[in-house]
Amino acid sequence: MRKLVAVYAAEMKFAVANQMQYRWAAFFQLIGFLIEPVVYLVVWRTVAESGGPIGGYGVAEFTSYYIVWTLVRNMNLALAPGSWDYWIQSGRISNDLMHPVPIFHRQLAAFAGFKFVWIFLWFPVAAGLSLIFKPDLSPTLLQGLVFFVAIWLGYLIRFSLLFLMGLVSFWTTRAQALIEIVIGAELLLSGRLVPLAVMPDWVERLAGWLPFQWTFQYPIEVLIGQLDTEEIFVGLGTQFLWGGILIGAIVVTWRSAIKRYTAVGS
Amino acid sequence: MNGFRLAAMHWKVGAMNEVQYRVNFFLQLVDSAIRLGTGLIAIWLVFSHTEDLAGWSRHELLAVMGIHILLSGINRTFVEPNVFQFIYTIGEGEFDYVLARPVDSQLMVSVRNLRFWQLVDVIVGGVVIVWAVIGIVEDTSWVEVLAFLVAVFCGAIILYCMWMVVAAAAFKWIRVDDTVQLLNGLFQAGRWPVTIYPGWLRLTLTFVVPLAFAITVPAESLASRLTGGMLALTLIVTAIMLLITRVAWQHGVRNYSGASA
Repeated sequence: MRKLVAVYAAEMKFAVANQMQYRWAAFFQLIGFLIEPVVYLVVWRTVAESGGPIGGYGVAEFTSYYIVWTLVRNMNLALAPGSWDYWIQSGRISNDLMHPVPIFHRQLAAFAGFKFVWIFLWFPVAAGLSLIFKPDLSPTLLQGLVFFVAIWLGYLIRFSLLFLMGLVSFWTTRAQALIEIVIGAELLLSGRLVPLAVMPDWVERLAGWLPFQWTFQYPIEVLIGQLDTEEIFVGLGTQFLWGGILIGAIVVTWRSAIKRYTAVGS
Repeated sequence: MNGFRLAAMHWKVGAMNEVQYRVNFFLQLVDSAIRLGTGLIAIWLVFSHTEDLAGWSRHELLAVMGIHILLSGINRTFVEPNVFQFIYTIGEGEFDYVLARPVDSQLMVSVRNLRFWQLVDVIVGGVVIVWAVIGIVEDTSWVEVLAFLVAVFCGAIILYCMWMVVAAAAFKWIRVDDTVQLLNGLFQAGRWPVTIYPGWLRLTLTFVVPLAFAITVPAESLASRLTGGMLALTLIVTAIMLLITRVAWQHGVRNYSGASA
């Protein structure tokens, strides 16, 4: 365990140094990402201004939701499942398999390291957005602490989900269609497009059976005060549950996936 | 060889290359269907809670979305693959080979590549536009149709210019692919009419990144709101963008010192 912690620390340190090298590129990429919530924010503020609150969300709640969204989005960025296609086709994965530390740990640690730089760059942008849109945020200590844990668990869940999807590339090199479908479902069922309270009831019930909302909506709602104490802790428990399920699924899938791999390339 | 023949030849070869991979057509269909579906759901959600969005009706927003999909298809078919290839070429020091050819380098760089299956988005965008027009008016005049076609053509040119200006920055900064991603992010803002955005963003999307002229203006022509003055302004903006692109390109080529030697 101590060795693994050291590996994580080293990979994260390397990831920070790597991102700092290309900090302007990372900053531009960040701005590109942040256009999406600003668009949603403007649209739903306009709707709430003309039609009144929807599912407990008025102008102030929508504003807070999408400002916190920007941080959560940064936190749950993870390895794109399409990367596996390239790794397998180019044979690059052979090198990774020789490494004594499993790919899962190295990538999880690397993306965790990237986040320190992304969040550092996110602060001025978030300050600008807050000055313009003036969110009404006053979280309690409990909400703040749970939010901190929830965004890391959200990252773990989303990373694991995308990792699992990436493993499909061991069976087919045309996994992109499946990936697109899952990402589309995530957009609608995670609270990324709009809080699930705005969706029809059946969509909200369907989302309850899937992992997506625990990576997006749940951490946001914890911080903006949309959940009571019981809902906060049930949500935290559900995040642990989904994290466990997905990691278990990765362990099982990895064992059969790796048996299918025959080295390509050098 | 004139420019049109050169472009047509490259596109023909590009299309022949792409049609070898027929599965990509179905992948593109899935991709387009998902993006269309999520766009329609977003509009449906908005209009299940309000009658109009800052003066835009459901079908007018559908027109904006259709134009966005159509222009996105044109961009992803003809412009983006060439921009990314150019950035790669600069990074690898292979741009010298482009300069060595007896044709204009900007033309050469702009037509080398084509992603044929992305044309699915052009068709999908066209269908959405027709659907929107049927819902907006029962009788559209030829003048409005002509104004729309001119505005969409200008929109496609403006988008080409925006991407090429960013690409030309590669002459100086080399790694500008992340800036292209920023442009892609900004382009997403064009899915909604720029008039719904707050002043600072509206100004940015009108004068810095002129998506207002590229997407909202054609949609206004379908909603019978486009004035002759605005269409003339769109033509002027298009001409200015072409000029800026040409100047940026020539400046880049003049200062390019080669990397492969």
